[in-house]
Amino acid sequence: MPANRTGPTGSSPAAGALAAVAILGFAGGLLVSSFAGFRDFLPELLRGAATTVQVAAGGSLVAVVAALLATTARLYAPLPLRWLAVAYVELFRGTSALVQLFWLFFVLPMLGISLSPMTAGIAALGLNIGAYGSEVMRGAIEAVPRGQWEAASALNLGRFRTLRRIVLPQAFVAMIPPWGNLFIELLKATSLVSLITLSDLAFKAQQLNQTTLRTVEIFGIVLLIYLALSLLVTLAMRALERRAGRRLLRGKEAR
Amino acid sequence: MNAHWDWNYVHEILPILGEAALITLQATLLGFALALVIGLVLAVCRMAANPLVRHAAAAVVEFIRSTPLLIQIFFLYYGLPEFGLALDAMLAGLIAIGLHYGAYCAEVYRAGIDNVPRGQWEAAAALNLPPQATFRRIILPQAIPPIVPALGNYLVALFKETPLLSAIGVLELMQTAKILGSESFQYTEPITLVGLYFLVFSLLASALIRLLERRLGVRAAPRS
Repeated sequence: MPANRTGPTGSSPAAGALAAVAILGFAGGLLVSSFAGFRDFLPELLRGAATTVQVAAGGSLVAVVAALLATTARLYAPLPLRWLAVAYVELFRGTSALVQLFWLFFVLPMLGISLSPMTAGIAALGLNIGAYGSEVMRGAIEAVPRGQWEAASALNLGRFRTLRRIVLPQAFVAMIPPWGNLFIELLKATSLVSLITLSDLAFKAQQLNQTTLRTVEIFGIVLLIYLALSLLVTLAMRALERRAGRRLLRGKEAR
Repeated sequence: MNAHWDWNYVHEILPILGEAALITLQATLLGFALALVIGLVLAVCRMAANPLVRHAAAAVVEFIRSTPLLIQIFFLYYGLPEFGLALDAMLAGLIAIGLHYGAYCAEVYRAGIDNVPRGQWEAAAALNLPPQATFRRIILPQAIPPIVPALGNYLVALFKETPLLSAIGVLELMQTAKILGSESFQYTEPITLVGLYFLVFSLLASALIRLLERRLGVRAAPRS
């Protein structure tokens, strides 16, 4: 899973690239919509896109929860739990998302646990991204200066309260950009669920391609839909970052 | 159907999976070689003096990175024949992977090149070196070593995405495992073995990268 994207933080070259992509996307959209008969397959593709969004949203939720649990276990739990968390992270970062997906979908039924394609897709992608996310969270929490802990303990704050009121709010701001990248990775990875028969955007594209054979138009539109969804995620995360950053700043000013 | 682990079956399929693993390795190395070249070209284009070239390269990089590799593979494999360029599955897959990771590598190169002090350009200009020679002989040799670990991380990432080639029928590990599974209705062993193979190689590669980091005295950006 590629990760080191330059964050969606608002550096000006990134903003320039974003604008360029928006223009490119718009031009591409005009071009594509000028293809005759594209109305025939657009509704079908949009239905697929709805499934894609559903998987991405479910996966994001699973990813955040899994990352939170793994990070907490890794940093604050007793040893056996800590090992479990490390094993989870290494296992899911060390193997392919597709292999994990197939494992959940094809192997688990043999062990007596049958998952629907939707559940398997959300679980596999969520756990995969969650493993990467756990490293992001750990990095962000460990990056909060030790002095913050010491100052809080000098003020007689408990360990848990320090974590919740002092450390996590600061770590939260730092982890928004990498999480933005991970959500985009997740969104892109949802295309894999088409391979376990879930009729998402990629699946519909394949299906339409086989019936209409208008490959370039169909996959062109599909690429643009994914691009638009990615841009949405980027914009949403940027807005969140701005808000969170502002709140942190207000706290500083109040002092 | 068998819910248990069948060692005999494992022995039977291990050589077949071993051969497929070679294809996976081949796809990884060729795809990465392609990505390194494409990445450098894109990075140079992104720093071109001509704003049109610069913005076009930036848009291409952003577009490729914002869309799924699977769709790009489909697009090249099913779409190119419409332009009279029919590629076999492996080649189409390699180009798609090379382009996708080239876009990621472009950013890494750019960071590396940006990190070379400006004075190096100025000193080369003072010594009357033409810009091209400066770039090739002075800047690149200084830009590459610090980014080797970051590029290594992408090599591992690329390796883990090669199973996508199974979607267009390249007989790499995943596809072979799927075929074996559908023949015997025993998915447990083949897919688990493929998972183990990826795990072992990823862990080995991560250890290698860490070793390389220490040798080069640099630190990669954390695998986030």
